[in-house]
Amino acid sequence: MTLAAEIDNETSPEKLLSPVLSAFWDEEKPWTLETYRRHEGYEGLRKALAMAPDDLIAYVKDAGLRGRGGAGFPTGMKWQFIPQGDGKPHYLVVNADESEPGTCKDIPLLFANPHSLIEGIVIACYAIRSSHAFIYLRGEVVPVLRRLHEAVREAYAAGYLGKNVLGSGLDLELTVHAGAGAYICGEETALLDSLEGRRGQPRLRPPFPAVAGLYACPTVVNNVESIASVPAILNRGKDWFKSMGSEKSPGFTLYSLSGHVTNPGQYEAPLGITLRQLLDMSGGMRAGHRLKFWTPGGSSTPMFTDEHLDVPLDYEGVGAAGSMLGTKALQCFDETTCVVRAVTRWTEFYAHESCGKCTPCREGTYWLVQLLRDIEAGKGSMGDLDKLNDIADNINGKSFCALGDGAASPIFSSLKYFRAEYEQHITGRGCPFDPAKSTLWADRPADHAEVNA
Amino acid sequence: MTTTPEEQDTGVSLGMPQLPAPDYPADVRARLGADAKEIIARYPGSRSALLPLLHLVQAEEGHVTRTGMRFCAETLGLTTAEVTAVATFYTMYRRKPSGDYQVGVCTNTLCAVMGGDAIFEELKQHLGVGNDETTEDGKITLEHIECNAACDFAPVVMVNWEFFDNQTPQSAKRLVDDLRAGVPVEPTRGAPLCTYKETARILAGFPDERPGAVEASGGAGPASLIGLRLAKGEASQRRVVHPRAGGPQTDAPAEHLSSHDAPQQTSASDPAHPAGPTAEEGE
Repeated sequence: MTLAAEIDNETSPEKLLSPVLSAFWDEEKPWTLETYRRHEGYEGLRKALAMAPDDLIAYVKDAGLRGRGGAGFPTGMKWQFIPQGDGKPHYLVVNADESEPGTCKDIPLLFANPHSLIEGIVIACYAIRSSHAFIYLRGEVVPVLRRLHEAVREAYAAGYLGKNVLGSGLDLELTVHAGAGAYICGEETALLDSLEGRRGQPRLRPPFPAVAGLYACPTVVNNVESIASVPAILNRGKDWFKSMGSEKSPGFTLYSLSGHVTNPGQYEAPLGITLRQLLDMSGGMRAGHRLKFWTPGGSSTPMFTDEHLDVPLDYEGVGAAGSMLGTKALQCFDETTCVVRAVTRWTEFYAHESCGKCTPCREGTYWLVQLLRDIEAGKGSMGDLDKLNDIADNINGKSFCALGDGAASPIFSSLKYFRAEYEQHITGRGCPFDPAKSTLWADRPADHAEVNA
Repeated sequence: MTTTPEEQDTGVSLGMPQLPAPDYPADVRARLGADAKEIIARYPGSRSALLPLLHLVQAEEGHVTRTGMRFCAETLGLTTAEVTAVATFYTMYRRKPSGDYQVGVCTNTLCAVMGGDAIFEELKQHLGVGNDETTEDGKITLEHIECNAACDFAPVVMVNWEFFDNQTPQSAKRLVDDLRAGVPVEPTRGAPLCTYKETARILAGFPDERPGAVEASGGAGPASLIGLRLAKGEASQRRVVHPRAGGPQTDAPAEHLSSHDAPQQTSASDPAHPAGPTAEEGE
């Protein structure tokens, strides 16, 4: 799918994209408070503090903002679930443990624009009546940690954090907490256990975190991008927000294009854009190659093929096509890529990251890896394909948390669309693909190898 | 799970419980104790300080030792078993002495396919070590890592958790050679490298005090800006790999994007004047 079609005005990037969070990342020091303020930073907070907390929750709910971390749960509703007047401390915990394979939006967002998150945190804490918030950042991204430390320092110094924020009476402490390497801590209850200083293993629900979360107190756990989107909603209004996207999936979001595309990167657009539109505007697949399979929202979302180029990338559209919007991590693979290799590697990841708490996931992912490695190496039998499906079926919906479901997704979807390729590995006693052809440098002329990708 | 030194030597279990770990020297303990107090004060519940405290003891010794775990346990009123259970769950805590520089090659699916597998294989051969092994000079520990949230910069190599984007086997080999030779190395995104111990201290929640560390490498990587530039009607640029201390970088025009975006004459379209570095970099 080499897309070189003439682009008319209706499909021009200027019309299709809507940079909000990324609007000033190209400035010299976008991460500073000074730059953020120049772009109406902390104006949303002033408007929020002029409202009653319950009205603020209702406003965010009316705006229709849905969670950007994968599940798409309405953010305002999460806030509303916090029981008020219960005499317990309330907590806000921001999930910045971005580790889903393919997902790469929160890390660049925090690197370039950490104050959007901090402003969102102050607004959310005012709404849910919390005086202590946490950012749980995965540990493996020290450059982002540095800028978060600095942004939090700046926000305290400017009076956006600490005692009596902007004279509102809100006292707010914000703690930046670095994780230590565990995908499972992106699962909200495992994250809470980890933040309490334990092994990151999911908790049984109910009780939900809104009732008994951090230290058994009412807790909201939100994704970075969800919270960072709140200030713009307050500043520019819910009608502006709802003017983008669809009725059930309003607003803007970050799409992360990666893999065998001409221009991988971050594309901020209204919900509902299609992969075809994104590829058309960005130069398409790498020259001379065709799209083979892709994920709409990370490896845990069932894969798509070139049949799905026109699926609207919003919660309903992707769901109706049999997958999930997830994190909008659009990993695109071309025809040089072996789907068995891709799925094997993802499955090895799930097996490695399974926390071991529940049997279907711990044992199931282990056996999936054994079968897949055999198939990839040409040592599989036809019966193994049904066995793969069986094991995935015994994990999906039967494990303690969503990691198991995620592990089953690539198995089911790849068998659905590419069963013939699995069979080819078995009958041909090996992998028919040459991995060298898939690399970033495969098509480079030798003397340009380092410069032109 | 405990083994005595004799068991480690002989491989035979003598059924002897391991003796308690030795304590830190008094001055080290006092210094770490002051740091620990600061960390604990950030949390409503003291046990929440355990992950940062494990980063702190790793900053002291380069890996999490039994002595470090004992310190965490005594500081937080936990048993060493409870601390060990946590320390062994998370991959960032090392349990054996390792190199000054941890070189992690992403081999999750997308990076692996884009070349991460080839980079990892070449580095293993080049350094003569396997996964999670350290070079004889104690400089480099090589690891394959999971997805590090930089897929639009694939293939990615992390050194002490700073980003080295869009790597090739050649650039990665040059990187480790420079690290071993003590040549200063700068990531594509992140600050000039510090040692693994210093990195662990930042992870414990103590900001990097080096001048310029926060600013280093600029606002956002090129891939992060690509959508913004398109939205602003700026000509998109072909993605540019940043060879560390390498040849010149070109801003070659990409596709013909719209009627008012005519291609421009640049060195990239002039075969007589190639823009690439003079060195051979081909596979």
